[in-house]
Amino acid sequence: MSSVTEEIRETARQLLADGKVDVVIGYEKGSLPLKATPCFVRTVQDVDKLIWDETCENNLAAFSYKISGKKAIITKGCDSRALVVLLQENQLVKDDLYIIGVSCQGVVDKRKIENELGEIIEATIADGKISVKGMSGSGEFTFAEVKDATCQTCRYPNPVIEDIHLGGTVEVPEQAVLFADVLEMEAKSDSEREAYFGEQMDKCIRCYSCRNACPLCYCQECFVDCNTPRWLTGGVNRAENLFFQAGRVLHLAGRCVDCGTCSRACPQGVDIRALNRKMSRDVLEMYQHESGISEDVKPALNVYSGDDPEAFLVKE
Amino acid sequence: MFMEERQVNVSDTDNKTYQPKIAAFLCNWCSYAGADLAGVSRFQYPATIRTIRVPCSGRINPLYLLKAMANGADGVLVSGCHPGDCHYISGNYVARRKFALIKSLLKHVGLEEDRVSFSWVSAAEGVRFSEVVKGVTERVAALGPNNGVFKVKDGGGTDE
Repeated sequence: MSSVTEEIRETARQLLADGKVDVVIGYEKGSLPLKATPCFVRTVQDVDKLIWDETCENNLAAFSYKISGKKAIITKGCDSRALVVLLQENQLVKDDLYIIGVSCQGVVDKRKIENELGEIIEATIADGKISVKGMSGSGEFTFAEVKDATCQTCRYPNPVIEDIHLGGTVEVPEQAVLFADVLEMEAKSDSEREAYFGEQMDKCIRCYSCRNACPLCYCQECFVDCNTPRWLTGGVNRAENLFFQAGRVLHLAGRCVDCGTCSRACPQGVDIRALNRKMSRDVLEMYQHESGISEDVKPALNVYSGDDPEAFLVKE
Repeated sequence: MFMEERQVNVSDTDNKTYQPKIAAFLCNWCSYAGADLAGVSRFQYPATIRTIRVPCSGRINPLYLLKAMANGADGVLVSGCHPGDCHYISGNYVARRKFALIKSLLKHVGLEEDRVSFSWVSAAEGVRFSEVVKGVTERVAALGPNNGVFKVKDGGGTDE
């Protein structure tokens, strides 16, 4: 039992007992190994369900606006950035929110383990080692080996806003080149990129898990569900899948906080992050804006400047 | 004389040269009037654009461009007022940021760069409008019919 888990339970117990919040949104042990499940604690009796470890991969900000009443939320770095964007967009009332900040070492990417050992039957985490029994063998991994790709490039492991901080803080590793993965992709030829994304879109089954898991996809009616006009048919093919993904990415331009929840939620392993990261990089490069860092900085697409780049115009 | 050339270009169905179809989203206050001026002044430009009038370039939803592509448009042209001249003060400034990102993303996913064009044309620039359409048509024609990444092949995208 980690000390942070203890602290979270104690804080939640206090908050609920004092009547400061109606619900604590946190994580509990999931029914599958190496996967925590979001949980909503409304009574002091249930407080002991709460956990905190490397399997707590959901972005709980996605539930913050779906639940009414006063709520406390266990918040990682990326969750807190999503909360900042939601506050900026008036989706949340700050007074109803109690942010329990925890610094995050990163989360486990189950898929990396499953690629080697098949479906995971049993797993234990101890001292930074993950012992796994899979369908096709057992093995032991260090946490660094199976850390999610998002977390490897994470620059905000510590919450940017919080009402209370539990546990220690995580040192932010220095990155020589930001968005190295995007630069690598940009260096490829157009046809290579087309082939890559085409292959990714062929995998997509348009289950919309990415949209549902995303903390910032809160449209009352998503454009994919809209039938006047009907942007997309029910058909699952490369072109329409790309339409969906590109449309979603453009909706998230200048807002995406790169929490990687979409990619982790995807049952097909589509590289959704590659598109979102591309937009994040463009926004940073063109408009020097990073989303969800401060409530006082307006989102990039809500403001403008007289000398924004115009390189995209026709030459005539 | 002008009229004769025009008729040869447009209505000659035996002429098998490829004519792309370009969806042109034009701002009501400038480019649409610019196109009008080109028309009344008889400035020639290829009959490849299908004009869609929008109240402001800020009204352009990225989905419009994608949907035009999905439904088989060979190219898309978006044209609004010059920065500073927006009828609604800042519509085109806000749109400019959006357009830059759209262009960048579409290139990233492998759509030919010239299929989607953006320009600023004022109501007084009839000649320029015809130049823009000529240029865009030339580049789209060079790419050939839309087999782009957004084209829905079996017509599934057009079943409304």
